Amino acid sequence: MKKSGSKRKKSNKKGIKTIIFKGHKDMPPCAISFANTMYNKTGKWRSIKPVILKEKCTSCLLCWKFCPEACVSIKNKRPVIDYEYCKGCGICQEVCVKGAVLLEEEKK
Amino acid sequence: MGGGFIRRGWVKLVITGNHAVSYGAKLARAEVIAAYPITPQTEVVEKLSTMVANKELKAKFIKVESEHSAMAACIGASAVGARSFTATSSQGLALMHEMLHWAANARLPVVMANINRAMGPPWNIWSDQTDSLAQRDTGWLQFYCENNQEILDTIIQSYKVCEKVLLPGMVVLDAFILSHTSEPVEIPPQKLIDEYLPAYNPKYKLDVKDPHTFGGLTSPDLYYELRYKIQNSMEDALSEIKRADSSFKRKFGRGYGLVEEYRARDADTLLIVSGSMSSTAKVAVDMMREKGERAGLLRIRVFRPFPKDEIRRVVRRGVKRIGVIDRNISFGSEGIFFQEVKSALCNEKRKVPIYGFVAGLGGRDVTVEDIINIKKSIKSNNRLKDIIWVGVKK
Repeated sequence: MKKSGSKRKKSNKKGIKTIIFKGHKDMPPCAISFANTMYNKTGKWRSIKPVILKEKCTSCLLCWKFCPEACVSIKNKRPVIDYEYCKGCGICQEVCVKGAVLLEEEKK
Repeated sequence: MGGGFIRRGWVKLVITGNHAVSYGAKLARAEVIAAYPITPQTEVVEKLSTMVANKELKAKFIKVESEHSAMAACIGASAVGARSFTATSSQGLALMHEMLHWAANARLPVVMANINRAMGPPWNIWSDQTDSLAQRDTGWLQFYCENNQEILDTIIQSYKVCEKVLLPGMVVLDAFILSHTSEPVEIPPQKLIDEYLPAYNPKYKLDVKDPHTFGGLTSPDLYYELRYKIQNSMEDALSEIKRADSSFKRKFGRGYGLVEEYRARDADTLLIVSGSMSSTAKVAVDMMREKGERAGLLRIRVFRPFPKDEIRRVVRRGVKRIGVIDRNISFGSEGIFFQEVKSALCNEKRKVPIYGFVAGLGGRDVTVEDIINIKKSIKSNNRLKDIIWVGVKK
């Protein structure tokens, strides 16, 4: 509910409602999100970007296990990073025994 | 009070102020009670836990490891829409401080009883208002009670007001003078209370079927407006308290108002007090009136929101001198009620000299003679001082 648009509710592509406050009268009494936390794309915070090198990766899934944001998912038995929510903490690179995670500078 | 006869279904019990709180919470049908059971806790929650154990009260009683957790549990319960209650005193209230802000800023109508006990060190479990007054900026409504009947009634009224304005409320009573003193208290029938106080059903609440984040990060462009809304609600609370009080009076025959005037209509010297000390002051005023002195009394019942207009209205009638008696002190400044009264009157066209008295800290008795002497010193004292100490051993 911290986001805005116009006074009326509208839906974006993913069906998440956003709302704009013109003044205090439109606002609920307390700070409450109108959507769940998926709305908050934390990938925007990232300054370094982890990249999994396919040739080195053995699919041990340590990165999947250690990612504090649950941003590593398993597709076809291989780890895949969700860049919409990955904050770039680098823990996946730290735990990877094969050195298969490369940290790149985020270019945005 | 009560008409002197017992109506059908109405019970009159001789109970302490602590138990008046417990019966109040029971009548209000508190659904979640969280409390830390060790000193400075009082019999309030002991009685409530008995009620829950005996199934007289259908509620969840949560024993926690500190007062901070007690308030956190109440906040959680209130956030899912349950009516929650706790009680504490002095150091316990101080430990809750962080969570007091949270309850108010999250707009949760938690109701709490605080027994005014002195802050340590040195350890002292007697009456002193500094503990609750130190929490004045947390956004809680504060009611200062004079007697045990008022305590029970105020607990019920405060739920009604708090759930309307979505702010938490603190019902405050003096240690020992009220908390451990037995008085006859009329307990109204549950059916009438249920009519007066319907179940709490908030518009916004935590629900697993419809998840939302409450109190998440809010940037400066909206935080400011949320604070503005709290202040507005506090101001609305003044009229809500009056409304809840008058409907209570219609139903149960007792009303209290934001402030209580006692022989203040034609008073030239007005004493302003709070809590149980006002009963003593009423006797003193009667004695002074018998001698022909025009003394009057104003008891401040609601401290937050502060009833500025009510005080101005009384003072504008032609009061010549005001004495504020505080059982509390803001170190480095003065009595806290004294500060508030001065700030309410500072922009008045007609300036009235206001004298601040600090009396009875840590439970020292404030007697009728003390109050008569206070009145005398207002008359003889032409030099305004910030603090006039009453009976300090020099």
